[in-house]
Amino acid sequence: MKIKFSFWKLLFLFLMATGLWATIIRYSEGLGASTHLNDQFPWGIWIGFDVLCGVMLAAGGFTLTAAVHIFNIRQMHSIVRPTVLTAFLGYLLVCVALMYDLGKPYNIWHPLIMRNPHSVMFEVAYCVMLYTAVLALEFSPIVLERFHLRKPLRVIRAILIPLVICGVILSTLHQSSLGSLYLITPEKLYPLWYSPLLPVFFFLSAIAVGLAMTIFESTMSAKYFSGQLELAILQELGRVLVVVLAVYGVLRFEDLFDRGALELSLQPGYETYLFWLEILLSLILPLILLLQRKVRTSAGGLYLSSVLVVLGFIANRMNVSITGFERSAGSHYFPKWTELSVTGAIIAGGFALFGLAVKYLPIFPQERRMVEPQIEGSAEPLTAAVLNHAGD
Amino acid sequence: MSKALLYDATLCIGCKRCEEACAAQNQLPYNDTVAAEEKQSEHKFTIVMTKGDKFMRRLCMSCQDPTCASVCPVGALTKTPAGPVTYDANKCMGCRYCMIACPFSVPKYEWNKLAPKVRKCTMCANRIAAGKPTACAEICPTGATKFGDRDALIAEAQQRIRDNPGNYVNHIYGLTEVGGTSVLLLSSVPFGEFGYHDDLSQDPLPMLTYRVLSRIPDFVALGGVLLGGVWWITHRREEVAAAEGRGPKAVGERSDGRKQ
Ligand code: SF4
Ligand code: SF4
Repeated sequence: MKIKFSFWKLLFLFLMATGLWATIIRYSEGLGASTHLNDQFPWGIWIGFDVLCGVMLAAGGFTLTAAVHIFNIRQMHSIVRPTVLTAFLGYLLVCVALMYDLGKPYNIWHPLIMRNPHSVMFEVAYCVMLYTAVLALEFSPIVLERFHLRKPLRVIRAILIPLVICGVILSTLHQSSLGSLYLITPEKLYPLWYSPLLPVFFFLSAIAVGLAMTIFESTMSAKYFSGQLELAILQELGRVLVVVLAVYGVLRFEDLFDRGALELSLQPGYETYLFWLEILLSLILPLILLLQRKVRTSAGGLYLSSVLVVLGFIANRMNVSITGFERSAGSHYFPKWTELSVTGAIIAGGFALFGLAVKYLPIFPQERRMVEPQIEGSAEPLTAAVLNHAGD
Repeated sequence: MSKALLYDATLCIGCKRCEEACAAQNQLPYNDTVAAEEKQSEHKFTIVMTKGDKFMRRLCMSCQDPTCASVCPVGALTKTPAGPVTYDANKCMGCRYCMIACPFSVPKYEWNKLAPKVRKCTMCANRIAAGKPTACAEICPTGATKFGDRDALIAEAQQRIRDNPGNYVNHIYGLTEVGGTSVLLLSSVPFGEFGYHDDLSQDPLPMLTYRVLSRIPDFVALGGVLLGGVWWITHRREEVAAAEGRGPKAVGERSDGRKQ
């Protein structure tokens, strides 16, 4: 255990150091020196992975708050906090990544006053901004609770439901808009990925990934932080995941068939291989696994399937944003070390912040139990108990 | 009145004087090395491509409904009524969505600068505003690049094809491509040979995203009511249950979900 710990620490330091070095190059020499981007390939992994996948991986936040607060599925209550935390961190890190990718990062606030409502990018910018604010508010009770600030807690509690509804709408909008970004490139994006249904695909897959990430995180957190796994909840999530994947799969292949692109998936070639890799990871394997009772009810099986789903849809986002453009651009793109190390440092930073939050804030039920007695001993036990869980 | 350029490849002699004039107009370096580059870049806004004895120009098409302007989140790119599509570097935040979106891959980027700009031909907007033709049209010794009113140039292009059908592909490139462009091309060889897409949509591409974006207000209103309604229903059951004395109190249940 001790060796393992120091390994992770070393890895963290290594990633941070190379990330810092890459950062210096990025801001002292510009995008040309710090990326493999060029006029044929203006968007690389900072957009394809850090932004597209980052937002997708944070989808657990809106999926779960909707399930618990709107649909009143209370069994999932105990994993809302870690999920909201991940989503919040995810969005903060997406904003960090944007500061690297934008040519003029100091103009990032321009959409606030220079509006072009015809632009999908404009919509994405607004939704990301507003949703990060919503997530900060949804997350705030945890901090307020930690410092026993009851008045602001009461305010947040009062606006919780409207807040959650805003969050769900904003998420739906921009998860799908990240797909709409590519609607404008019918002649550039390879037909295995270009589809008028891109927004729908991005939205459905965000839900699938949101569920998978919740399973994944709960398992990981159980292992490293709280020590107990709420298997019944995860089994339920697994079932929902099967349905979402199946709906996505049917739509995806119907669409390929309707557009006559299905034949393309049988022509041997670069795109075809990566397409099937994506489909194998995101649909075929997880569905085969999760349709078996034995797998669906075991912690290990659920964990494995959720990892596959996450990897599969990461492959999907990379295919849409990179693979699908290589043919029309007439060139291949592979990220430069600086692009990779900035991404690595951002991920490492995310894990570190998660660890810190879990350590110092009442994120998991156990930690909450430790905080509770003080509050329950106060003059208004019932209100206190309610406040204690506001925003969960 | 919307201005346009008509480039007739059959009249072009490949002298590249338009390239040179363009560079001078935009204060870009021009020498033999640059002249030899057959690629648009941040320092070369227009190129004359050569294939045997055939030529073809490439420049910003100054689309009638420009994709680049529609996708720019901060409105840095603008279609002016006179025809040119202009760029305001002070607004630009460098997201490079215009580069992804332009169907002709025209916008280029200053990758090696710390305050990079998007670079592209802007159809000499300031010259046109001053009542002058574009620099490339002014210098063209053969009239292969001609400046004028778009409608008049379209009529002229049609006339040229009619008069000399054997000399041209029967197509005015830019008449209907992506809803029409302010640069019109005539050629004796298929445009595809010079890398122009033959299969572009006749509709402006911004429609593709606008169709989706225009639904947002409806979606927000509907989604809000729907989600609020679902919340009301799911929590109503709880209130009823509490009122009938079945199950725990609604409030206690809410706050203590993890006991489930
Ligand atoms: S050709 Fe490209 S850059 Fe020029 S106006 Fe059209 S969309 Fe914009
Ligand atoms: S790079 Fe600049 S001009 Fe192009 S879309 Fe982005 S903000 Fe607009």
